[in-house]
Amino acid sequence: MKLTKKLNKVFSKNKGPKKELTVEQKISRRNFISFGSLLVLGGAAYGGWRWLYTSPNEAPGITGEAHKPLRAVLNANEKVVRQLYSNKNLVKTYPKEMAAKVVRHNSDIGSDGLIDVDNWKLSVKKQNGELLNIGIDEIKKLPKTEIIYDFKCVEGWDQISHWGGVKFSDFIAHFKLDAETRFEYVGMETPDKEYYVGVDMPSAMHPQTLLAYEVNEKPLPPKHGAPLRLIIPVKYGIKNLKRIGSITFSNNRPRDYWAEQGYDYYAGL
Amino acid sequence: MKVIKEKHTLLMRWTHWVNFPILTIMIWSGLLIYWANDTYTFTLFGVTFIRFFPQGFYDALHIPRRLAEGMAFHFLFMWFFALNGFLYVTYTIISGRWRELLPSRHSFKEAWLVVLHDLHIRKTAPPQNKYNAAQRIAYTAIIVMGFGSLITGLAIYKPVQFNYLAWLCGGYHLARIWHFVLTIGYVLFFLVHVVQVILAGWNNFRSVISGFEVIDEKPQPAIQIQNDETNKKTE
Repeated sequence: MKLTKKLNKVFSKNKGPKKELTVEQKISRRNFISFGSLLVLGGAAYGGWRWLYTSPNEAPGITGEAHKPLRAVLNANEKVVRQLYSNKNLVKTYPKEMAAKVVRHNSDIGSDGLIDVDNWKLSVKKQNGELLNIGIDEIKKLPKTEIIYDFKCVEGWDQISHWGGVKFSDFIAHFKLDAETRFEYVGMETPDKEYYVGVDMPSAMHPQTLLAYEVNEKPLPPKHGAPLRLIIPVKYGIKNLKRIGSITFSNNRPRDYWAEQGYDYYAGL
Repeated sequence: MKVIKEKHTLLMRWTHWVNFPILTIMIWSGLLIYWANDTYTFTLFGVTFIRFFPQGFYDALHIPRRLAEGMAFHFLFMWFFALNGFLYVTYTIISGRWRELLPSRHSFKEAWLVVLHDLHIRKTAPPQNKYNAAQRIAYTAIIVMGFGSLITGLAIYKPVQFNYLAWLCGGYHLARIWHFVLTIGYVLFFLVHVVQVILAGWNNFRSVISGFEVIDEKPQPAIQIQNDETNKKTE
């Protein structure tokens, strides 16, 4: 049967008394409707997919290089996930024997080469504009916390590793930065400002978040972020900034190295 | 005489065809993610049979260096995958059609006979309803697998917030392996499924699009004593 005839049959009302359709007619009619629907809906789905796949990237800013609609979804997912987040949810910890002897090292951006640990200072910018400059010895005097947990890289690998340092929340309490925790984000940058991350305050204040100065009970070697790095088990490795130079607080998202390159800003686990 | 015999409901057909592109996109975006740490192999007794995946495979599909993009697509389409699956399962439970789908205690023995029949080793296949025993097992398994992908996926997605799921999967590391194995399972299922659909022919294929099969029925006498089994079916 010709297509036009069929269309007429489907869309025009029968004039005169309705005739009972033969089985053959019923078959061809139902075939036409169902295959037609499949074709139309399939076409629409394909069109939708092409729209998404070729949609332009977001304007470069705090986040960048993701398709605009996909970035909106990543941000929406963050809102959902944040509802589920609790500082009572802890990362699993392991016995010391299970910690890797050779700790994997992926990248040197911002922490390349050696660093003069004696002259290194952590600068913390307070709400009132005051700048704290803290040496590593001062940090090592604070109560030490150790954690042996499964470090997770956004690439997909994971490794049980052993870190020691001061809890970020202890650090905050000691340096009387409680007012600063009312901000929504913590920003951290390397001394050369080549690598930088932004972390939401709840994750930063998680009881397992450390400013670490030891790995496998020895001072951090340069490639693992000497003298002080962030260990934040509720985030992917990309947020675990090495060789912290400065800490800031803000209500807006601080700049973030990988969020600028298409990755989820939240990157929470 | 030709007779129209209803087979698949609209919702079953809809969710089936919606699932196909969604699962394709999930597997593709999953590959973009997996590439960034592609350490899995199939190794038996020290012999590596398959390395997932060879470079040529990646290059042909333009997989390399697209991790961020892969994650972004994966974390959008996961919602559709879950919703569509939820729709199908809920419908199947409420409508009572799970009775046609779930394997019964005879299914495993019967499925073996179906396999023998399909491989042309046995001449007759066991009598069947909408799905034969092998189909019941396969189609139920694929639903369970889909559920497994959700659970392992959530365990990888937020292993600290969903730490009980990660524990259920045997830890984060193992959850990622399960998630991958399930995906390989879909691909194998797909290959067998397509071959079976081709062999089953047009009438069967059409039923998943238009919902009915056409069967040839001999004209029957006006009064017929039917047994319980056929009565049930025609009700």
